[in-house]
Amino acid sequence: MSSLTIADVERIAALAHLELTDEEKQLFTRQLADILSYAEQLQAIDTTGVPATAHVGATASVERADEPRPSLSTAQVLANAPDPAPDAGLFRVPRVIG
Amino acid sequence: MTVFGRTASQLRQDIAAGSISAVEACLVTLDRVSSMNATLNAFNHVDADRALERAAAIDQRRAAGDRLGPLAGVPIALKDNMCVSGMRTTASSKILDRFIPPYDATVVQRLENAGAVIVGKTNCDEFAMGSSNENSAYGPVRNPWNLDTTPGGSSGGSAAAVASRCVPLALGSDTGGSIRQPASFCGVVGLKPTYGRVSRYGLLAFASSLDQIGPFACTVADAALALSVIAGHDSCDSTSSTADVPDYTTALTGDIRGVRIGVPRAFVSEGVDAPVRAAFDRALDTLRDRGATLIDIDLPHAKLAIPVYYLIATAEASSNLARYDGVKYGYRSPAAKDSLKAMYSKTRDEGFGAEVKRRIMLGTYVLSAGYYDAFYLKAQQVRTLLRRDYEHAFESVDVVTMPTSPIPPFKLGEKTADPLQMYLADVFTVSVNLAGLPGVSVPCGFADGLPIGFQLIGRMFDEATILRVADVFERATEWHSAPPPI
Repeated sequence: MSSLTIADVERIAALAHLELTDEEKQLFTRQLADILSYAEQLQAIDTTGVPATAHVGATASVERADEPRPSLSTAQVLANAPDPAPDAGLFRVPRVIG
Repeated sequence: MTVFGRTASQLRQDIAAGSISAVEACLVTLDRVSSMNATLNAFNHVDADRALERAAAIDQRRAAGDRLGPLAGVPIALKDNMCVSGMRTTASSKILDRFIPPYDATVVQRLENAGAVIVGKTNCDEFAMGSSNENSAYGPVRNPWNLDTTPGGSSGGSAAAVASRCVPLALGSDTGGSIRQPASFCGVVGLKPTYGRVSRYGLLAFASSLDQIGPFACTVADAALALSVIAGHDSCDSTSSTADVPDYTTALTGDIRGVRIGVPRAFVSEGVDAPVRAAFDRALDTLRDRGATLIDIDLPHAKLAIPVYYLIATAEASSNLARYDGVKYGYRSPAAKDSLKAMYSKTRDEGFGAEVKRRIMLGTYVLSAGYYDAFYLKAQQVRTLLRRDYEHAFESVDVVTMPTSPIPPFKLGEKTADPLQMYLADVFTVSVNLAGLPGVSVPCGFADGLPIGFQLIGRMFDEATILRVADVFERATEWHSAPPPI
């Protein structure tokens, strides 16, 4: 697992929607391999039958009444958008389907 | 009358008594912030007009004879990952460079209801990812005790703002030590409450099973006061606890006779620098002298906390940070106009800094097909073993203690080339987040003029006991009292 390759890094970057530079790919290949190789010490721990801890909060799920409540206006929501279309009340994005 | 040097509770009394107005306190604070910030870079953003307006409202309340809140007129700084409506909030990231939140974090509402005056947003590691504040898009914060040294991270700006007596109180967030370690490095008190004690609504998420908001202060009493204000259930954060919130200030009885304090001897015996070890041993002697009982304990899985933490925290971060895509808010790359997918990828590459990208990559990897069981699931299982270690220890002790950081504050640039070396220095803080426990760092010495702190860790929702022990330690020592030579 410590033998991480540039191809692995490119595959992960695609999953994470990060367009890395060649320099970043080289750097991350080396650094992530170091970190993963350090993390391999966990493999030596016997965890047979040990449940996973996903969080340490209360185990009961929390519900609230399904009732309408005040929310932000469309103008407030669009105020931070890099390319808003306020008249239409939409976020504008580049072409989705080529 | 000077404002800096007064604690939050003293200043609240001064303002209530009329010996200084909230506006005067605010003006002095803003001056101090302005003169210190040129050197320290502790603030990303100061909102003087808003602060003066709020301070004037406190003075009006007092003039009208209205009830004043427990923080009436007290200036406070917030780490720049907490939303204040209308106040720029960046998480020290280029990707949120122009983000103006349309709503307040719950802690902001609670602070302002208590009369606190928010003066601005403090610098931090980008999205709270780092241990030295060097991962900020707005440059590193400098340690007020030595300007070539890091203030720690990720809440380095909040720690430096309190240490330099700019503000008596600041909030930070702690995912793996980001309140306690900078508190230790800057010679102030830093408290990470129990997971679920303080609402995270309006905190920009890093790792949701670990993140918690808490205070920095010059005294334990002020940290207790701030926690009493910000703690409590919030219907906007389903992970916030409904457990009652005591008045933590009344827990500071000055008496720790019979309190059982666990020392994980094996865990703290390796890799601790000599001055830290000496300061920690001296702190143990002080606690024993005050009547506490020291008991050796074992936390056999604690040494695995670093790999467990960096697998779990990065996995959660890779998911949380997927929202920064250049569509709804924040930065968008101007380079990709012809495809949505290219826009996402270029925006995220240009908008995020190196450490954030590294962690997103690591987290994506450990969650990806073929590696999930070996890394992520395994880490979650070892997290269970680590929690059991603490549960077992708390059957025979009331508090666990260890150094906050194994090393004294280090030089700017010293560890940036090797991320793993930076991570390893978090060895004493991350296990506390993984187990969801409260922890407080208190000053306990100096090494070459740089502060050293140690940690008191409690049972879930037992902040009262660790604050009581910390307060007794503070009363018995002088480490917290000297301001830095800036």
